[in-house]
Amino acid sequence: MKAPRKFDVYALTWRLPIILWQLLFFVGPVVFMIVISFFVVKNYRMTEAFEFVNWERMLTRGYFWDSYWYTLLIASLSATIAMLVAFPAAWALAFRASEAQRRWAVFLLIIPFFTSYLVRTFSWYVILAESGVLNAMLGHIGLGPFKMLNTHFGTIIGYLTLTLPLAVILQTVTMANIDKTLVEAARNLGCKPLATIWRVVLPLSKTGFIVAALFCFILAFGDFVAPFYLGGSQEPTLPILILDTTKSGQQWPRAAVVAIMMMATLFAIAFTAIVLAYRKPKGAKA
Amino acid sequence: MKGRGLNIALGLYVGLIFIFVFAPIIFSLIFSFNSQRFPTIPLGEFSTEWYVKIFNDEDVWKAVRNSVIVSTSTAVLATILGFCTAYTDFRYNFRFKGPYLALILLPPTIPLIIMALAMLAWLSRIGMSGQLWSIILAHSVLTAPFAMAIIRLRLHQMDPDLEAAAWNLGGTEWQAMRHVIVPFCAPAIVSALCLTAAVSFDEFAVAWFVSGLNKTVPIVILEIVQGNIDPTVNAIGTFVFLTSMTLVVLAQLIFISRQLKSHS
Repeated sequence: MKAPRKFDVYALTWRLPIILWQLLFFVGPVVFMIVISFFVVKNYRMTEAFEFVNWERMLTRGYFWDSYWYTLLIASLSATIAMLVAFPAAWALAFRASEAQRRWAVFLLIIPFFTSYLVRTFSWYVILAESGVLNAMLGHIGLGPFKMLNTHFGTIIGYLTLTLPLAVILQTVTMANIDKTLVEAARNLGCKPLATIWRVVLPLSKTGFIVAALFCFILAFGDFVAPFYLGGSQEPTLPILILDTTKSGQQWPRAAVVAIMMMATLFAIAFTAIVLAYRKPKGAKA
Repeated sequence: MKGRGLNIALGLYVGLIFIFVFAPIIFSLIFSFNSQRFPTIPLGEFSTEWYVKIFNDEDVWKAVRNSVIVSTSTAVLATILGFCTAYTDFRYNFRFKGPYLALILLPPTIPLIIMALAMLAWLSRIGMSGQLWSIILAHSVLTAPFAMAIIRLRLHQMDPDLEAAAWNLGGTEWQAMRHVIVPFCAPAIVSALCLTAAVSFDEFAVAWFVSGLNKTVPIVILEIVQGNIDPTVNAIGTFVFLTSMTLVVLAQLIFISRQLKSHS
């Protein structure tokens, strides 16, 4: 390596523009959002101020807290479901599938993750409708029709559309990287298959699994499309609250309060999850 | 082992997961050629009605044009941002490197609806909202981490001595960059361009908030969906799926899947 110079023009060329760009278009917006939560809206116009009216107004309202707990609950529930549903598939791909099959599966699952979530949700709307595809199919075997749209079930199906491919990918990659000899050793020493999963595979996959669950939670927590179109927003989630408050009411400061509460919650949860993920198990050596 | 039964069961299970994941895409494709106003089974007649309808819709064409401009510009910008950060992370150690990396990597962990509100408020404040390029600015920040990750993976495979060798042979740092690093990263750069373009092409929350009257394709879809069931969405949707799937498949074929191969 070359001796470091005091003013390394080359090094700074690669560094400084990015820092400025991100300060201007990432830190700027986030900080300003915190600032406007103290502004007031008069005659539909936002005016500079330093008042706590928006915080007071939002945090003392029952509907905000109803929405807060509902969002937290349904996002956690859907993250749990995604992790559980993904597990058998990921286990099969990690331990039973061939190298080539696993690569194909991951290749295919990456595609929907980056493909229009909005249109996929609309497609679910058509599939789950009262006279939609699923009910028509169930009708043939004498079941239904079931009401699936505008229910919590609809919302969760929407969330899973977003998170399930990711959960399968992350779990598969995590378990495929486990040292297979450890799993075999447990089996040879007489450990039953399910016990092997519980006592060997899962502890070894802890970090990857917690990160996967965290991503599933974040994605569901921040999504407004599934609860809006498939859940019928009968119980508005926080993202729907932000959307309504911003778009119809022009109440940006109040929306900012909701957004900040969401971010604080996410940070707390992400921090806890990451601490748990990297904590060494009791009694284990590094 | 009583493995065979289990293997079959697991195979079916994986199949079900794939059906769940791809059903919406496949049904959207099928229904885009279906004559029914409210699509269900049994299917109606084969029809290209919805395609004809969007083909003759000037708003859709305008949105497609906007989307192409936004996603290509975003891809270029985000890939430049991603490349600079990946290279800096690869080559340098300095104080505050952690915060520096967080600065570029954090945006995707913040829910889009929050970024949408924050961008809207800030860009209106500094007089940059309501334009087509407002979307490009916002999307560059949101998609750069994907480019950074891909290019960083590629640099990880490079022998750091390669750059030093170029200097020792008398090249300047700029020449080494141009003749050694950039060519080495080329597949990752192309892959990053495709992937960031795909993400930008599909992003609707931030675009919807900051775009003002300049609609992109996802915003048009959002507006149609808000009205009522309208099968034209399936036709636009199929076009959107094809575009972004092509980009993601290209990104993977050019670089990402080769990574998985060499690492596992």
